[in-house]
Amino acid sequence: MSEQNNPRRAFIAAAGAGVAGLGFTAIAPGLHLMAVAQAADATTNSPAARKAGEAASSAVRWGLLVDATKCAPGCTKCVEACHTENGITEKMPDARQNSQWIRKIELVDRRNGRKTELPMMCQHCANPPCVDVCPTGASMKRADGIVLVDRHSCIGCRYCMMACPYKARSFVHAPLTEQNPEVPRGKGCVESCTLCAHRVDKGQNPACVEKCPEGAMIFGDLMDPNSAISKRIASVPTTQVRSDLRLDVGVRYQGI
Amino acid sequence: MRNWLFLAVVMAFLAQFAWAGDQANSRTPKPVIEIANPGKCVAPPEEMRRNHMEMLKHQRDRTLRQGIRGEPVTLNGCIDCHASKKTGSVLGAHESGKGGNFCESCHAYAAVKLDCFECHQPKAKFKAAGVMPGVKP
Repeated sequence: MSEQNNPRRAFIAAAGAGVAGLGFTAIAPGLHLMAVAQAADATTNSPAARKAGEAASSAVRWGLLVDATKCAPGCTKCVEACHTENGITEKMPDARQNSQWIRKIELVDRRNGRKTELPMMCQHCANPPCVDVCPTGASMKRADGIVLVDRHSCIGCRYCMMACPYKARSFVHAPLTEQNPEVPRGKGCVESCTLCAHRVDKGQNPACVEKCPEGAMIFGDLMDPNSAISKRIASVPTTQVRSDLRLDVGVRYQGI
Repeated sequence: MRNWLFLAVVMAFLAQFAWAGDQANSRTPKPVIEIANPGKCVAPPEEMRRNHMEMLKHQRDRTLRQGIRGEPVTLNGCIDCHASKKTGSVLGAHESGKGGNFCESCHAYAAVKLDCFECHQPKAKFKAAGVMPGVKP
């Protein structure tokens, strides 16, 4: 059973959301149930910032919904935003060795020539194959569903790159000097989309979501039935890419 | 009892000389450490010198693996406070020409490899620029 379908979690989330203004709800006299602390702020549609010293909670699962029908052909604003935010500056002699956290891909229906463009990145699986195969435990999933690489223990073996069905991970081949202070990255380690964990923890949306001129991407909590992303997923047909692998991905697509 | 007391006083007296000589007249060069904001650190210098690596190691695991932000000890906090005013970095040569900037001065002196900055940005308030996608080298 997937985490989102757990009826107990749904009850807790619903109970919390019912009195979001109060912060807690009474389930019996003198007994209170705390609201989900990290639920999205309904007014600004951006995640609530986590307090200093508070760990990421499994009561939240961050997800992304991409509306491929809105994604403009030839637009690479999300890729540019990602590169600026995460300090991806290197240009290798062989362009295939460049880091690629997010890329635009084009789908063509061969029968009628209909083209669809969409951004593809780490899908932040609930059951990530990259974490299964990592020999050092460097590839890891945070409690809130964000899949990360702990570069302190990554040995650069690249098993995770082979295990990932989405080709989401890259290997850094050359020494780097232009890192964003909040996004350390360096030679000899594997890396991939972090869902801008450093921004999400501050209560901001990921850079690609913020910079999309079409508003084609929604970021939010998949566990919270009142978040914009959950409401959209509940109302329109959405797709998990390679759903046959049962990885229960956090990045969903609409219109593909 | 009186003899013991006398011996203790003599030893304290000698130790003072040894300490002073160690500081000023030693033939061994000492690292030049410039502290830009004295007294503002998260712990006294003696503790920082011995334990900064342990503090940062535990903090990095909590922040990365558990997602805990706003810890009192962070590498970016160290860099923001200790970066050279001239070059903005904790690495590289010091402007006086003697030794290196804050991190490098001691690490070069003690010949301890500084792995942090293989991945972390050594410059304070550095603004990452990024590159346009699809640019061919």
